Amino acid sequence: MTHTEPATQATCPVTGATAAATDTDPLVVDFPLRAPGIPFPPPEYADYRDRKGLVLSHLPDGKRVWLVTRHEDVRAVLTNPGISSNPEHAGFPNVGETIGVPKQSQVPGWFVGMDSPEHDRFRKALIPEFTVRRVRAMKPAIERTVDAQLDAMLAAGNTADLVADFTLPIPSLVISALLGVPPADREFFESRTRVLVSFRAFSDEERSAAAKDLLRYINRLIDIKQKWGGDDIVTRLLATGAIGAHEMSGVLMLLLIAGHETTANNIALGIVTLLKNPQWIGDERAVEETLRFHSVADLVSLRVAVEDVEIAGQRIKAGEGIVPLVAAANYDENLFACPHAFDPSRSARGHVAFGYGVHQCLGQNLVRVEMEVAYRKLFERIPNLRLDLPDDGLNIKYDGVLYGLHELPVRW
Amino acid sequence: MRITVDSDRCVGAGQCVLNAPAIFDQDEDGIVTLLAEPGADQEAAARLAGGLCPSRAITVHEG
Ligand code: HEM
Ligand code: SF4
Repeated sequence: MTHTEPATQATCPVTGATAAATDTDPLVVDFPLRAPGIPFPPPEYADYRDRKGLVLSHLPDGKRVWLVTRHEDVRAVLTNPGISSNPEHAGFPNVGETIGVPKQSQVPGWFVGMDSPEHDRFRKALIPEFTVRRVRAMKPAIERTVDAQLDAMLAAGNTADLVADFTLPIPSLVISALLGVPPADREFFESRTRVLVSFRAFSDEERSAAAKDLLRYINRLIDIKQKWGGDDIVTRLLATGAIGAHEMSGVLMLLLIAGHETTANNIALGIVTLLKNPQWIGDERAVEETLRFHSVADLVSLRVAVEDVEIAGQRIKAGEGIVPLVAAANYDENLFACPHAFDPSRSARGHVAFGYGVHQCLGQNLVRVEMEVAYRKLFERIPNLRLDLPDDGLNIKYDGVLYGLHELPVRW
Repeated sequence: MRITVDSDRCVGAGQCVLNAPAIFDQDEDGIVTLLAEPGADQEAAARLAGGLCPSRAITVHEG
């Protein structure tokens, strides 16, 4: 593909002219884009992919940021050793912050914001907990969690908000079980995590109070596990000694936050898509395709160049921000023919909805199981499920760095 | 075809095990191990796994 060749070799198919360098006149656009709809990727992404080089934008704070949209360029960014995940670097694009999401302060143990080799110590300590075999063994427990949510919904009547009653509680309950939160505390845990992600329903103060409650709870949990132990991640991490006591709460908060709203949003959007395409209900391949199709974490893999690097023939200077748009990459026609079609029979495997490189989602195999169980149980137990939307339609959430739904009203 | 894996690079994402379970496994530490060299019917799966590995820990030597 021409855009990965050195720019000096790119030849125009029409005139035969050879394009010279690269850091002249890139397209400059506003960012982040606002185009909520289903599926989410705004039409501009297709234009950006078709252009040579990269697209330049400025965050509201004036920082220069390069937008990367082609699949292979996104992978190139996410594996380039001259490009960093560390938000402490000047120039790091804190996209969330500029659109009103409070800054995730640099907590010790927050390894998604660290680079190799520092990052790898945390990652290596955690991967035994998330192997394909390990998460498959969790399936019966996940099924019980999902069933219990459905029992409660069915007992309460014939309508529900699937975001509040189903998609948000499930990942929170699953992760709290993994961390060894005692069953009696899981509701508290769930209620606090819910406040944390509800930008509309709760004020900044309420959300930061919820974050403090959780941190306090997590610290107490660490103390309890230190004394009594248990069959859980916290106990095993403490036993290995690979993660220091001062880092443990940051690691656990990361597990909690990284895996909560991401999973909830994806399941909620997946349910909508399956209701619109009922021929795919019950087909396991829908899991992978809903991940690609919805790409909820479009603005999650944020980076900054720490050396001068070249991506797609475009020179990026040290200190400039980079946003690999995974939703754009997941609609790259070079890999996914007719990307706007929801088609679980395609091979969606190469998608970058979980990122790429050393930070590729640690929880991805857990998510796959959660999604498979959630879709299957929901449609099995409520076969006549249908949307129950207000006149103005779906209430799409795009006020954080994640794409999702505020509510998903249904009836049966 | 021959496969080599670099366990130092592996980040335990499990793409290999998902896509070519006859060839790859994750050990106790979640790190990739090679179960067997791919048979003729598994070469496509091996290539897929190599292409999807996010840390480029898998090298497929053709021929
Ligand atoms: C559909 C659901 C999910 C999506 C779309 C998603 C997406 C992502 C993405 C894009 C990254 C890469 C971030 C980067 O490159 O900077 C990531 C990293 C991560 N995710 Fe997920 N995630 C999901 C669910 C989960 C779950 C359930 C967990 C639970 C344990 C989890 C834990 C993590 C962790 C710990 C990292 C950081 C890994 C590292 O830095 O090495 N995620 N996720
Ligand atoms: S896909 Fe790559 S990183 Fe993931 S477990 Fe296999 S070898 Fe390791």
